[in-house]
Amino acid sequence: MNAAKEDFYFYTEGLAVGYHKTPLIKGIALSLKRGEILTLIGPNGAGKTTILRSIIRQLEPLGGAVFLDGKELGRWAVGELAARMSVVLTERVREEQMTCREVVETGRYPYTGRFGKLSKTDRLAVREAMELVHVEELAGESFGRISDGQRQRVMLARALCQEPDLIVLDEPTSYLDIRHKLEFLSLLQKLARQRRLSVVLSMHELDLAERVSDKVACIRGDRVDRFGSPEEVFTPGYINRLYQISAGSYREQAATAELPPAKGRPQVFVLSGAGSGIPIYRRLQRQGIPFATGILWENDQDYPVAQALASEVVGEKAFCRIRRESVGRAKELMDGCREIICTLDPGMANDFYPELAELAEYGRQLQSRLGLSFLAR
Amino acid sequence: MEGKNSSAAYLALAVLAGVLLVLNLGIGSVNIPLREVLSVLAGKDGGVSRDIILDIRFPRALAAAVLGGALALSGYLLQTFFHNPVAGPFILGISSGAKLLVASVLVISMKQMLQPGSAVMVGAAFIGAMASMGVVLLMSQMVESMSMLVISGVMVGYICSAVTDFLVAFAEDADIVNLHNWSKGSFSGIGWGDVAMMAVVVMAASLCVLLLSKQIAAYQLGEAYARSLGMDVMGFRLLLVLLSSVLSACVTAFAGPVSFVGIAVPHLMKRLLGTSRPFLVIPACFLGGAAFCLFCDLLARTLLAPAELGISTVTAVFGAPVVILILVRQKRGRIR
Repeated sequence: MNAAKEDFYFYTEGLAVGYHKTPLIKGIALSLKRGEILTLIGPNGAGKTTILRSIIRQLEPLGGAVFLDGKELGRWAVGELAARMSVVLTERVREEQMTCREVVETGRYPYTGRFGKLSKTDRLAVREAMELVHVEELAGESFGRISDGQRQRVMLARALCQEPDLIVLDEPTSYLDIRHKLEFLSLLQKLARQRRLSVVLSMHELDLAERVSDKVACIRGDRVDRFGSPEEVFTPGYINRLYQISAGSYREQAATAELPPAKGRPQVFVLSGAGSGIPIYRRLQRQGIPFATGILWENDQDYPVAQALASEVVGEKAFCRIRRESVGRAKELMDGCREIICTLDPGMANDFYPELAELAEYGRQLQSRLGLSFLAR
Repeated sequence: MEGKNSSAAYLALAVLAGVLLVLNLGIGSVNIPLREVLSVLAGKDGGVSRDIILDIRFPRALAAAVLGGALALSGYLLQTFFHNPVAGPFILGISSGAKLLVASVLVISMKQMLQPGSAVMVGAAFIGAMASMGVVLLMSQMVESMSMLVISGVMVGYICSAVTDFLVAFAEDADIVNLHNWSKGSFSGIGWGDVAMMAVVVMAASLCVLLLSKQIAAYQLGEAYARSLGMDVMGFRLLLVLLSSVLSACVTAFAGPVSFVGIAVPHLMKRLLGTSRPFLVIPACFLGGAAFCLFCDLLARTLLAPAELGISTVTAVFGAPVVILILVRQKRGRIR
């Protein structure tokens, strides 16, 4: 973080947040430039919503300050603030009689006169916002009758027609299916890129958070544990610690979550690589059969999943030669197994790694000698 | 398109209210033909029908119209406040709170051989309304669901009514009949002075409500969104409480508690207009409430003539089914 404060559209300094004068999280230092997306991640109840509520001034900070557009939050007149920052919240809107257009129109509140009558400019802004998030065809529909995905987009249109520079969203993707999650996030990305809109949101989907965010803040009950780019945050093993995962694990390299591995001495050896092992590993995990696998380079697709699920992984450093001792260890493991599964195709003439071909052959012999099952592709 | 729709709706409501007003003037223990009613109104005719219309029926009909509008608006404000479509001054016990205080003032002043003025009555009703509103607010902090809030309100209403009945039993025999009628809700015995008084109060309050339409629209999405739009939510909520209390207090002071108008009318008006845009709904509520009460009072006066039904008896017959309809729709919406 060598950037000067002036570079940031939004930042916090030693912010402390909490309820009833009891600070929950202290020393929060977040910063965001125009056109960047910041995602808050962390376990349930860690205080993501509390931080968001303090940022949008629904909760008084218990220390420190929030700065927006170079000025402390509390110094903005409420109307001026509303023209710079808008929100999409989790609370369900209960008004059933409103049409979607009417819901979106409430976003023009800071710009309309005494009676809230919409001018031509206001109507244009409403229409543009609705077109931008593709809900123009819902304009006349009752807000209570549309789907969750549509509702979330209508609320985004509402926030957009408020013409903010910063938009704050509390778990906007939680009730959406995968298609609508991706649609919604790509929309945010487009807005950030094209309109230089700064976005602060909270999210539970770590894989998506990693993809969409320029900055990630990890909230952990009493502090912001990490704040930085996704590369800085999603280091191997970190998510397991942040969420205190005990059943299963999260693999940052593959952005996948795996259930706990079967425990015990390996009964099956899986000779695989290049992603071919993943479905086998997961099937064995489902059946509760402990297994070993190898030889995998650390940059192999199979590697992170194997690490999560196998009792033992015979591995090699990325792009390095396979060492004899690894071959030996793999053979040892094979000897102890009752089944060997080979997903490799060692028939590829001379181009194939000789050590892997050797292991495949070893497995085949083992099978015929001991009557083991050998499943080759 | 929307504008045309709502103009047509306004026109229909206004015509309906006008027709009902004239019917109210013509129909009664003595039926007066339409031609005569119109000529009395034009100031041409004299005689008995003139006295009946101008001294008794006209002020009563105007009161029904003004107070009906006030009730509908009061209900609308409470629904906005609680984000609850079945909130209303009667069901939340606010009318009963007002009734209790007015009854107390009446009984005490009767003992002192005093005749309290209508301003005193409105003031007492306002204090009573605010007091029970305070209780309801306190309860709304404690209960989460809308049905629990409504049940609490109904309980408050019962307590206030019980105490009122107790007080009424203390009153002198001769006054009981009058007080008894009033405590059941009735537009009878309203004179021109009362009409002037209520018109001033209700019109002023209604104008304030209309001035709040922008805020009400923003508040419909919930408190947090309203605040994020730069609205002073605390001040707005206070205004809502004050205005709805003034309106329902005014009704209670002059006509006693009147049930269900506050819930049924706003709901029907939103359906009629096909929108919940406050700037359109507020005037419609007033007109609709006026028409509804004129209609109900006409029935109350004529169905069992010469005896009179309590106005709440009639409004309940037409209003309660609407409440049931709202609840059923809500339930269905939640399951979906």
